[in-house]
Amino acid sequence: MIDLTVTHPIGDRIREVLPPLPAALANGALAVASLALLVTVMAILLVWLERKVCARFQARLGPTRVGPFGLLQPIADALKLLMKENLRPTATDMVAYYLAPLLPITGSFLVLTVIPFDHNLQVANPGAGVVFVIAASGLGILGTLIGGWGSNNKYALLGSMRSGAQLFSYELSMVLCMLLVVMAAGSASLREIVLSQQGTVLDWWIFKLPGAGFAAFLLFLISSTAELNRGPLDLSEAEQELTGGFHTEYAGMSFSMFFLAEFVNMFAAAALGSTFFLGGFLAPQIGVHAVDAVLSFVPGVIWFGLKSGFLIFLYMWFRWTFPRLRIDHLLALEWKFLLPVSMGNLLLGATLVTFGLLLP
Amino acid sequence: MNLAPIPHNDHLFVRRLKQVGELLRGMRVTWGYLVRPSRVVTREYPENRETLTFPERFRGQVVMPHDAEGEHNCTACTLCEKACPNGSISILTTKNIADKRVLGRFVYRLSSCTLCNLCIEACPFDAIHMGHQVDNVEAASYERAALDLILNKREGR
Repeated sequence: MIDLTVTHPIGDRIREVLPPLPAALANGALAVASLALLVTVMAILLVWLERKVCARFQARLGPTRVGPFGLLQPIADALKLLMKENLRPTATDMVAYYLAPLLPITGSFLVLTVIPFDHNLQVANPGAGVVFVIAASGLGILGTLIGGWGSNNKYALLGSMRSGAQLFSYELSMVLCMLLVVMAAGSASLREIVLSQQGTVLDWWIFKLPGAGFAAFLLFLISSTAELNRGPLDLSEAEQELTGGFHTEYAGMSFSMFFLAEFVNMFAAAALGSTFFLGGFLAPQIGVHAVDAVLSFVPGVIWFGLKSGFLIFLYMWFRWTFPRLRIDHLLALEWKFLLPVSMGNLLLGATLVTFGLLLP
Repeated sequence: MNLAPIPHNDHLFVRRLKQVGELLRGMRVTWGYLVRPSRVVTREYPENRETLTFPERFRGQVVMPHDAEGEHNCTACTLCEKACPNGSISILTTKNIADKRVLGRFVYRLSSCTLCNLCIEACPFDAIHMGHQVDNVEAASYERAALDLILNKREGR
């Protein structure tokens, strides 16, 4: 039996009171409930943030009418989507059509289960967490492909094939960047990866591997932008060219599942980025004792939120600044540039780790 | 801002580096929009109705300016009526006490006007303008008759 247990005051208390099996079930239910809550709140918050930030990048104000600062706008959007008819065109494959919207959100939900939000705040801590993350994020690609195929629409099919090509390709360099950190940390457990970055800011993997860490961080940013289907690499949606790509035929709740998954995915990718490169829930220690004491007084989950928030802001900044790439340019960028560079980077990182050329 | 195209006689590597620089420049531009609220162009209309201003060239409905004595420049020459492509203007003339042909009613049908500016260009006396006040924009009405306007304030002048 593999031990995936994470110690947490509430979980430990339940394990004390109840026999093993009910305790495991109760803890699992609690974990799923809290993750579901997190996913919902995150989706609402990110939709609002996206609209506000995008508006300000374009010298607009964004939503201001619904609630203070337009904070209730995503709820209004969600209600509108809920009340819409869940249309299904007759020529679609029913199973594929209704299965597809569930897969991306499931994938990002599964990714969130292994992310350490704080010292004791993680649903499960598998030893091969990175492998799990990679496998789970593949579900999103499957959702895109099945959705495009099941819609029985040429635009949706084109969009899904394009994005299939894109997502499969960019998965490679993203995985290679993760691999570099796994190699340097000596563990594939996300919790161990975070704990391997203890110390000052310079002990985070983005800085600790001289050059290679920062390069891997940039590569991760680019390839995860492509993985998230966000501009400038949002070829699978490309609403101006493909009438919405793979979710052309979707309406109502099935559409909003894709929509929701996009934002939860963004949070998951930002969480992964901060776990791998920015020290996860660790406070940014700068080596001055007085400051460090104050910084470590702030709970880790706040630091985690701040770091992920920074990455999410970067994703938004990219999206609302850069023009979209053409599909052949996009694939050329991956296969001719990002993949060789990340392989070289991996080699460089391996050399650095082997000869111990890390920052002290 | 230098908008000259990037010269293409550089080495490919140099060109790519410059392109990354261009990306960063783009990010600087959008960052500038983000951090400076003064650059926001959105106007929250019903709230700022009192202070709302329109650009000089904005085309609201046609207005006829009157001076302090209530006089306007219109001579009832009907050039605007002839210039109007959809018959939104009817000039009804009258005679003044000197038996001279003067403007009786400047009938302007906002309901059929497309705000094309042709009447203003046709007017040789600068008697009509496209309004750019907030009152010249708010034309919503429950009946079409309310959109038939008479632009001159007094008949026969």
